[in-house]
Amino acid sequence: MSGHLLLRRLVQAVPTLFGVSVVVFVLVRVVPGNPIAMMLPPGATLEDMERLRQAYGLDGSIVEQYVIWLGQALQGSFGTSISLRQDVLELVLGRLPATLELAVFATAMAIAVGVLAATTGVLFRGRWPETVIDAVNGFTLAVPDFIWALALILVFGVLLPVLPISGRVDPRLGTEFATGFYLTEALVSARFTVVGDLLAHMIMPAIALALPLAAIITRVLKNSLAEAMVQDYVMIARVKGFSRWRIIWVEALRNASIPALTLTGVQFTFLVGGTVLVEKIFSYPGIGNMAIDAVINRDLPLIQGLILSFAVIFIVVNLLVDLSYGWLNPRLRS
Amino acid sequence: MTGARLNWRIAVGGGALLALAVIAILAPVLAPVDPLEQDLFLELLPPWWQADADPTRALGADSLGRDVLSRLIHAARPALTVAVVAGVLTMLLGTALGLLAGYMGGMVDVLISRLVDIWTSFPPVLLAIMLVALIGTGLHSVIIAIVLIDWTRFCRVVRSETLAQTQMEYIDAAVIGGLKRGVILFREVLPNVLPLVIVLLTLEMSIAIIVEAILSFVGLSVSSDSPTWGGMIAEGRQVIHQAWWVMAFPMGLILIAVLALNLLGDGLKTALDPVLRR
Repeated sequence: MSGHLLLRRLVQAVPTLFGVSVVVFVLVRVVPGNPIAMMLPPGATLEDMERLRQAYGLDGSIVEQYVIWLGQALQGSFGTSISLRQDVLELVLGRLPATLELAVFATAMAIAVGVLAATTGVLFRGRWPETVIDAVNGFTLAVPDFIWALALILVFGVLLPVLPISGRVDPRLGTEFATGFYLTEALVSARFTVVGDLLAHMIMPAIALALPLAAIITRVLKNSLAEAMVQDYVMIARVKGFSRWRIIWVEALRNASIPALTLTGVQFTFLVGGTVLVEKIFSYPGIGNMAIDAVINRDLPLIQGLILSFAVIFIVVNLLVDLSYGWLNPRLRS
Repeated sequence: MTGARLNWRIAVGGGALLALAVIAILAPVLAPVDPLEQDLFLELLPPWWQADADPTRALGADSLGRDVLSRLIHAARPALTVAVVAGVLTMLLGTALGLLAGYMGGMVDVLISRLVDIWTSFPPVLLAIMLVALIGTGLHSVIIAIVLIDWTRFCRVVRSETLAQTQMEYIDAAVIGGLKRGVILFREVLPNVLPLVIVLLTLEMSIAIIVEAILSFVGLSVSSDSPTWGGMIAEGRQVIHQAWWVMAFPMGLILIAVLALNLLGDGLKTALDPVLRR
C-alpha cells in the first residue's frame, strides 16, 4: 500500500473516531443519575455540589461540555477519573500494556491453531482427521469466550489445580518492572522464572479469547484452501512433484489467507471486546477489567477515555490488516 | 446434505429448546422446593452422587443453602424470556433498517451504513454493561441493551442480501409491472430475505442468552433475589474451591441452550435454502 493510501485510511478514521466520541458523550449524559452526588459526603451543601460540578466540567449545556472536552482531548488531556481521582490518560496508559500483551498473545495463538487445523483438514481431506476437525470446530464456533473462561478455571484452576486463576504476576516473586509490558520486558531481560509465571497467568484468559477466533479462522481458511487446491498453479506444483505439505504450506496458503485475514481483522474487534469480561473473570489488571468498574461506578471521564482507546485499537488493527493485503497480494501494491 | 441429517439437527436442537421452554413455563410446578428458601444447615451441600448428599437436594445447595436444582429451573425463565423477546425485537429493528438501506440506496444507505460502522467500533460487552448501568438494572434494560447493540448484525446481512436481490430480474419485472416501491419491498424482496433472517434469529437468541448471563454475572440483570444462570455462576465463582458444582450446573445449562440454538440454526439454514436442500 502506498503512503498516499495510508494517509487516506488515516483521514477516514477521523469521522469514525469523532462519531464514537459523540455517541459516548451523549449516551453517558442523557440518562439521569448524578455521579457528583455519589462523591459527596453526607451533609454536603448545594454549593459544594455546584463547586464539584464545575471542577469536573459538568456544568453548562451538553454541547458546551462536549466542545470543552474535545478541545482538551485534542491536547491529550482526558480529565480526571471521578472514582479513582487520577488522570484518565495515565490510568488508561498504565493498564493498556496488560491488555495489549494479552490480546496479541491470544491472537497469535488463534492464528497458530487456526492455520494448523485448516491445513491439517485440507491435507487429510475426506478422511477421519478432517471429520474430527470439522466436528470440534462446529462445537468451538458455538461456545462463547465467557463459557470457555469459566470452564478453564473450573478444570485447570480447581479440579486439576495446575494454573493460577487470577492476576497477572505472582506478587511473591517481588519483580520490579520498568514498563507496563511485563512479558516483553521479562523476555528481553531474560528473566525466565518471571516469563514462566507471566505465561502461567496469561495462558487461560488467552485460550478463552483465542478459541472462538481460532474456530472462525479454521473455517474460512479451510474453505479458501480447498478452493486454492484446484487452481492451475497448484496443479503445476503437483506436476512438478512437490509434496502435498509443501504445496499447501508454500504455494496455496499465502493466496488462501486473504479472506481469513479480512475476517481476523473484523473478529479481532470481538477478541478485544471479549477482554472486558475475560479480564474481569480472571481478575487480570487490564483496561477491560477497569472498564467494568468504571461503568458500575458511573465514572464518566474514565468511561469515555476507555471507550475511545478501544476505538483507537480497532482502527489501528483494521489499518494493519489493510496494509498486510499488499504484502500478501502483489496485485494490490500498485 | 441428506434429508436425514438435516432432520437430525432440527430435531435435536428444536427438541432441547422445547424441553427448556417447558421447564421455564412449568417452573413453579417442576421445582422441588422454593428457589429462594435458605437453609444454612444445607450450606454448600454436594450433589447426589457424592457422600453426605441429601436426597431432597439432588444437585446440592449453594452458599446460602438454597436448592441448586430449583434455582436452575426458575432461572430458565429470565433466560428464555430475554432470548425470545430480545431476539425478535432485534430482528425487527435490524431487518427494517437493513431493508431500507439496501433498497433505498443513496443518502439513506450512507447514513445507515455509517451508523453501523460507528456502532460496531464499540466493544459489545462493554456497551451492554454501560447501557444497563445507565438505564438501570432489570430484565427490561437487558432486553433494550441487546436490541440497541445487536441490530447491526441483522442490518448488515439484510442490507447486502437486499442489494443482491434488487439486482435480480424479478425486481425489474415488478417495476415494469407498475408495482409501488413499498409493495415490491414487502411482497417481493422481504420473502426472499426471510430465510436468512430466521437463521440469524436463532443465532441472536443464543447471543441473547449469553448476554443475559454475562449481565447477571456482573450483577446488572434482574435483582439478585430471583435466580439467573449468570448470577448463579457469579455466586459459584466465589465458592469455587469448596463447591465447584454450584458454578458448573448453570454453565452446563447455558452451554446446552446455546448449542441447541446453533444446531437449530444450522438445520434451518439447509432446510430453508433451496440450493442446499437438493
